[in-house]
Amino acid sequence: MTEEHIIGSSVPRKEGRDKVTGAARYIDDLSMPGMLYGATVRSQIPRGLIRNIAFDPQVDWSDFVSVTAKDIPGQNCIALIGDDQPCLANERVNHPEEPILLLAHPDRHLLRKAVDAVRIEYEPLPAIFTMEESERCAQVIWGTDNTFKRFLIAKGDLDEIWSKADFIVEGEYATGAQEQLYIENNGVIAAFDTEHGITVWGSLQCPYYVHKALMALCDLPADKVRVVQAETGGAFGGKEDYPSMIASHATLLAMKSGHPVKMVYDRLEDMTATTKRHPSRTRHRTAVTKDGTILGGEIDFTIDGGAYATLSSVVLSRGVIHAGGPYYWPSVRIRGKAVATNMPPHGAFRGFGAPQSLFAMERHMDRIAEAVGLSPVEIRRRNFLKPGQTTTTEQAIREDIDLGKLLDRALELSDYTAKKARFRQENPLGRSKRGMGIAAVLHGAGFTGSGERYLASVVAVEGCADGGVRVLVSSTEFGQGTNTVLCQIAAEALGISYEDVRIAPPDTNLVPNSGPTVASRTAMVVGSLVRSAALGIRQTLRAGGGLGESYSGEEFRQACRQYVAAHGELRSYAHYESPAGVFWDDQKYRGEAYASFAWAIYIAEVEVNLLTYSATVEDFVALQEIGRVLHPVLARGQIAGGVAQGIGFALYEKVVWQNGRMQNGQMTNYIMPTSADLPPIRVFFEEMGNLHGAYGAKGIGELPMDGPAPAIANAIAAALGTRFDSIPVLPEDILEAISARGEP
Amino acid sequence: MRSDPADYELIAPGTLQAVVSLLAGEPGQWLPIAGGTDVMVLYAAGKLQSRKLVSIWNLAELRGIDVRPDEVTIGAGCTYTNLREHPVIAREFPLLASAARWTGGIANQNRGTLGGNIANASPAGDSLPALLAYEAELILVSLAGERRVPYLGFHTGYKKLRLAPQELIRAVCLRRSFSGYFHYSRKVGARNAQAIAKVCIAALGRLRAGATENTIDDIRLALGSVAPIPLRLTEVEQLAKGKSIQPQLVQRAKKMTAAAIQPIDDIRSTARYRTAVASNLVAEFLEQLRDQQKVL
Amino acid sequence: MSQACEKRHQRELSFTVNGKLETVRIHPMERLLDVLRQQLGLTGTKEGCGEGECGACAILMDGQLVNSCLIPALQAADAQVITIEGVADDPEASALQAAFLQCGGAQCGMCTPGMILSASHLLRKQPAPTLEDIREALGGNLCRCTGYMQIFEAVAQAARPRTGR
Repeated sequence: MTEEHIIGSSVPRKEGRDKVTGAARYIDDLSMPGMLYGATVRSQIPRGLIRNIAFDPQVDWSDFVSVTAKDIPGQNCIALIGDDQPCLANERVNHPEEPILLLAHPDRHLLRKAVDAVRIEYEPLPAIFTMEESERCAQVIWGTDNTFKRFLIAKGDLDEIWSKADFIVEGEYATGAQEQLYIENNGVIAAFDTEHGITVWGSLQCPYYVHKALMALCDLPADKVRVVQAETGGAFGGKEDYPSMIASHATLLAMKSGHPVKMVYDRLEDMTATTKRHPSRTRHRTAVTKDGTILGGEIDFTIDGGAYATLSSVVLSRGVIHAGGPYYWPSVRIRGKAVATNMPPHGAFRGFGAPQSLFAMERHMDRIAEAVGLSPVEIRRRNFLKPGQTTTTEQAIREDIDLGKLLDRALELSDYTAKKARFRQENPLGRSKRGMGIAAVLHGAGFTGSGERYLASVVAVEGCADGGVRVLVSSTEFGQGTNTVLCQIAAEALGISYEDVRIAPPDTNLVPNSGPTVASRTAMVVGSLVRSAALGIRQTLRAGGGLGESYSGEEFRQACRQYVAAHGELRSYAHYESPAGVFWDDQKYRGEAYASFAWAIYIAEVEVNLLTYSATVEDFVALQEIGRVLHPVLARGQIAGGVAQGIGFALYEKVVWQNGRMQNGQMTNYIMPTSADLPPIRVFFEEMGNLHGAYGAKGIGELPMDGPAPAIANAIAAALGTRFDSIPVLPEDILEAISARGEP
Repeated sequence: MRSDPADYELIAPGTLQAVVSLLAGEPGQWLPIAGGTDVMVLYAAGKLQSRKLVSIWNLAELRGIDVRPDEVTIGAGCTYTNLREHPVIAREFPLLASAARWTGGIANQNRGTLGGNIANASPAGDSLPALLAYEAELILVSLAGERRVPYLGFHTGYKKLRLAPQELIRAVCLRRSFSGYFHYSRKVGARNAQAIAKVCIAALGRLRAGATENTIDDIRLALGSVAPIPLRLTEVEQLAKGKSIQPQLVQRAKKMTAAAIQPIDDIRSTARYRTAVASNLVAEFLEQLRDQQKVL
Repeated sequence: MSQACEKRHQRELSFTVNGKLETVRIHPMERLLDVLRQQLGLTGTKEGCGEGECGACAILMDGQLVNSCLIPALQAADAQVITIEGVADDPEASALQAAFLQCGGAQCGMCTPGMILSASHLLRKQPAPTLEDIREALGGNLCRCTGYMQIFEAVAQAARPRTGR
């Protein structure tokens, strides 16, 4: 067994030099000859019929290209899962900012004025904006009962648990919408000609999602649609499905005008019109014994999907599967539903349902602790899943995870016990109150259940004419390190230098479909395939006699060059195969939901200032078991960045809605943490390996989003002795809670 | 960017004389723009009403901080960075120096000007409570000459100033009479940097010398973001002056503060929050004023 | 607006960018950000918010860090402007570039040009900044990817040789 020296080391980021020199080109940095700019005329009302579209005669419309639903050659929908979302509203609108009409013009400024000069008359219909209104069908705005999807997870027998329980603990928990707030707004450039068809360059996560959507929209075959990912300035899920919409718009304008069209949103449009994290409401009812053991319970998890189904069924799926946390539930009923409201559809945001349901679970554990009279530490310790036990979906834990030990380490790293004792003494005296809060979570990486099999990812690795090696995947880089990690894996597999490996641009004309860059699957699932495909080209070289059992870097390069010169191509493909022994029942929603779970214990120290009522995180420990740390700097960066977003989710980021429209769609009023607001985020790893991930890695991109919010809410509750079961917790909320208690 | 540059005129005459001549010749037609940190935000949002702008950025006559024995005169074109870096401001007018430090980030501090902060007339203006507390006077200039007015009363209502259409703010004058005072300022925003104030306070106090009862000899209290204009809390000052800082005084001051302000619910915060925090800040000021003398 | 009207407001403007004298013909209220990106093709400076909040558009103008989205081009007349493209020539700033690469200071890269200019402005004023100094100096540069930790480390690392440690 050779020792790895590329995996596990912090090699330079592949595209890093371009990023620090300003040479990296994002969509708005690109231009094409004859290019027009495109813009969208959007609904100003949440729901209603479109009665008339008028063009202000003060504008000279002859220079403008305009597109409506009638111009769509194929299906007027954004093909995703349920295909219910129109590309352009035709006769009715179902949410504020819904796209109705598109305009293109060479002058960006005149275009802006033209958008304002289109007058649309509506016949408004009553609209609904909350999950509660949706559930009781105050209006039926989707399907027969406003419900996009339901799931039921049923384990064990619930009949006896209530009578056997010493405590029945109930709670309701809520999370708000959250904006991904990538620093680069959504943008694409589309071009069309009859010979090549459509080409779209975009800031996006999933080139093949866009490819599929454009085929359906334009009724074109696969080889007449080409999608290329450009350098992407952050995504976090916000560019998973939305790019199909903006790409569709730019494409329609390009087709109609005969010119390339660039569409780039400004911050206000991006915030108000594109996807956000699904708001959620979770209700727990749990049967607990007097020694703190969970006998079972019911969990009711509801998410607000906005006006169209889009990704809600998948978000719901992940949310319900994670709803029980890292605990042993002998019996449970988890009911999930995704409901419709007249808001812009919500979508993917790092964590994808799990941060929502885990917030509830971890707040609820503290509540159970309180009811039973145990500490938050002890209640968790007594209920942690152990190897051999099964999860809520009856997946057996096959790895040797010891969550109690992980918890012990986190407690030590955060100085939890000593600080708690100190705060107990100091809190009554001071102008501020401090508290410690714990969150224990698990996160399943990769697509749920049969998802990966359905994706059927394909990866290629090739030897190049110059002797180098190139990785061909549709997995995209948007800061998280795809380029770097996949090249590391190929280099390690072949025993060549990292510098000799490069990665092809994610261009659907060039690369196979290795699946979307989501679900924390890239290093783990795609990485495994990269390794296989890399080994494949070596096998070919050896079989051809060009390479021996051991070889130097130069010998490998030489063998590659010679093979390509002789045969024209040296390429190996790897196809996803479900791991043996991983079974998932889609009907019963039971079985092995994920090939592996990462585990984490996060501990927050929070100070609440009683003068300003603001809560500040003073210290944060993020300890996680992630299989294998492939690249220490990147791994730490992922966790720190995710924790920062989690802190924002808990304390700062509130979407202010009015009639379904976001009111605070600017950076001044949508508050994300600055460098001055965050504590040192202390990151620690444990590595237990993973049979199903490249070099033992588990996915880590989304894990750090799950723990911070409940850890912080638990800490505030500990500091103040008041529960906060809804996030974000703003100073105004803390004031209200303290006032309600009758304190000065 | 929601405005068309082609629709706007911007000229830079280069001297104060030229600018005030222009304002006299076409009163109300030209919007002065200094560092642009307010005007350009409106412009980018498509909300700038004025189509004609005259640049007063970097006019020599508006720059500079002139230090005399009794008074400091700050050119209205001084940036927040200029204020932060000036030793006399830092030492004798810490309320203004701290306001400069809170404003935006470094990049915005390098462009935002004191005159601009006043002229923008937002009740949330970071430097405005400090100017009230220090009893600043403004020098206004027009083609007709200069006049000097107290800053107190300069605001007549939300975004309304006693500034004639042909006038510019040329300088801010601060009397050097506040050494020996206790200076207290706080800004409460949604986060620690780059935040618009939900409440801000600038306060000065001096205890009677030699007294053991912590009696207030002099006090100035100003608050921002709690009314349509930045407020000087003269009633609370009158209540407190000559009194000993005891718990009852602090409670009464809090109540009187709550009654004196008119905060609103808006996209950033609530009236209840602003009221509670404003009262708490006044209380903390009084308590720190009392305790600070003990330390000496 | 008629063509005559449109041309009336356009001016010729000269300023030095990254050491090179540039002359452009623009409306005086064009944002400096747009002149740099579109007229001069210097796309390294980014637009993140258009309202001076995120710092992605930060440049150095006459040695001062400023947000170029808030500067009307006319006010940049005769100024010395440095953008990220000019930074490679500056030893301080290029030490930062190397440190960002080593410490993981750049993830998606969108905030990076503004961040590097902001940090270089700090190091010029304070060659040996504390963590608090760095935190404050970068308070006007928003990063959504990193949680700031590795950016602070990069700045501290770039500063280190100066302190002789």
